Amino acid sequence: MSDDQELRVSKIRSGTVIDHVNGGASMHVLSILGIKGGDGDTVSIVMNVPSDRLGKKDIVKVEDRELSQAEVDVLSLIAPAATINIIRDFEVIEKRRVARPEEVVGVLSCPNPQCITTEDEPVETRFEVLEDGVRCCYCDTIVREDVAELID
Amino acid sequence: MRHDHIINAKQLSRADIEEVLDRAAEIADDPAAFRQRHPGALLGLLFFEPSTRTKMSFSASIKRLGGDIVDMGPVEYSSVKKGESLADTIRVVEGYADALVLRHPMEGSAKMASEFVDVPLINGGDGAGQHPTQTLLDLYTIRENAGLDDLSIGIMGDLKYGRTVHSMAHALTNFDANQHFISPESLRLPRNVRYDLHEEGATIREHTELSTVLDSLDVLYVTRIQEERFPEESEYRKVAGEYRIDAATLEDARDDLTVLHPLPRVDEIDHDVDATSHAEYFQQAHNGVPVRMALLDLVLGGDSA
Ligand SMILES: [Zn+2]
Repeated sequence: MSDDQELRVSKIRSGTVIDHVNGGASMHVLSILGIKGGDGDTVSIVMNVPSDRLGKKDIVKVEDRELSQAEVDVLSLIAPAATINIIRDFEVIEKRRVARPEEVVGVLSCPNPQCITTEDEPVETRFEVLEDGVRCCYCDTIVREDVAELID
Repeated sequence: MRHDHIINAKQLSRADIEEVLDRAAEIADDPAAFRQRHPGALLGLLFFEPSTRTKMSFSASIKRLGGDIVDMGPVEYSSVKKGESLADTIRVVEGYADALVLRHPMEGSAKMASEFVDVPLINGGDGAGQHPTQTLLDLYTIRENAGLDDLSIGIMGDLKYGRTVHSMAHALTNFDANQHFISPESLRLPRNVRYDLHEEGATIREHTELSTVLDSLDVLYVTRIQEERFPEESEYRKVAGEYRIDAATLEDARDDLTVLHPLPRVDEIDHDVDATSHAEYFQQAHNGVPVRMALLDLVLGGDSA
């Protein structure tokens, strides 16, 4: 079954395939990776295909790019079941699962307009990862819903 | 005291709090004995928003320990006005002083600033965040009047934006205290504070009316509800009157109820309360000096007296 779905988008020579993204969340994955479409990345997305594990899942393929561990960690906040396949020369050379980090640094922006991290200060944002959300380490603001909207 | 920086009441353990309060009590007993504790020590005052009282209280405290202040002065005359970052300001001023006090309108500013300096930094209030030295003097006053264990305390007013409330609620989780929070629905404790209290297993109750708990309280801590928190003045008028107390309100209270307020008050405590045995808010303000002396003594490396 999963082979079938792989065929919905062509195989890539090198880059990253992110599979088992929660159905409909692939746009947030692109935000995390900073892909806006205007900078020439070749990206293929399959949305809402049936999945035994997730009901519905998305698949994202990004050519010529291998994700850093920090990016993979942050993916876990919105796609906890994701699997990451790093591809070189059409071969999967590495498979990774995402793991929830204890904190994420420099990736999310604080939604509290009174937070010092929203000012022009030489400091990276830092969020503690809670069971069901994230919490700014500077102003203590907790975000449970829409964590993906905080992605810079 | 194991913490160099005093940023957040959450970081203070029961032992830390007791260490400060015990030292403050020693100082209050015999201030003369501490007059030359820290001769020549310089305390840097960085006040990015006006707070005459907190500033005076810190100035008095370091001077009574034999030290002095260096003061950034009003923000409108400083390089901050020209757009210098807080991180830069704090790194420069670090070189002028043995310890720093920061008051800043942005939440998390004290935590960020502390990451740039090696000298002890004390949070003198960061936006709606935290105000831990106020909490220490509040706790000192509560301990003097009602003790800190088996305590029933009502905290009333603007619980959403009141930083003194947030610091206090955290600190009280170290003690056997029943915390009652009394506020209009729109000014309830923020989610992050309720989260922490829940994590700590604290006993808290939330109320919209003081009358439901007044007769069970040892302490009533009143804070101001600010008109600017409401989009409509009429909304403010509707709630403000219900969180105001006067001598008649307190007839239903226990005789030994202690009433506190971080001051300044506007009209949330009527002046006719001042003459009752409940009023302790001026004493509370005075306690700021021995408590801040104790804290400074500890962060500047004071051994046991
Ligand atoms: Zn924040």
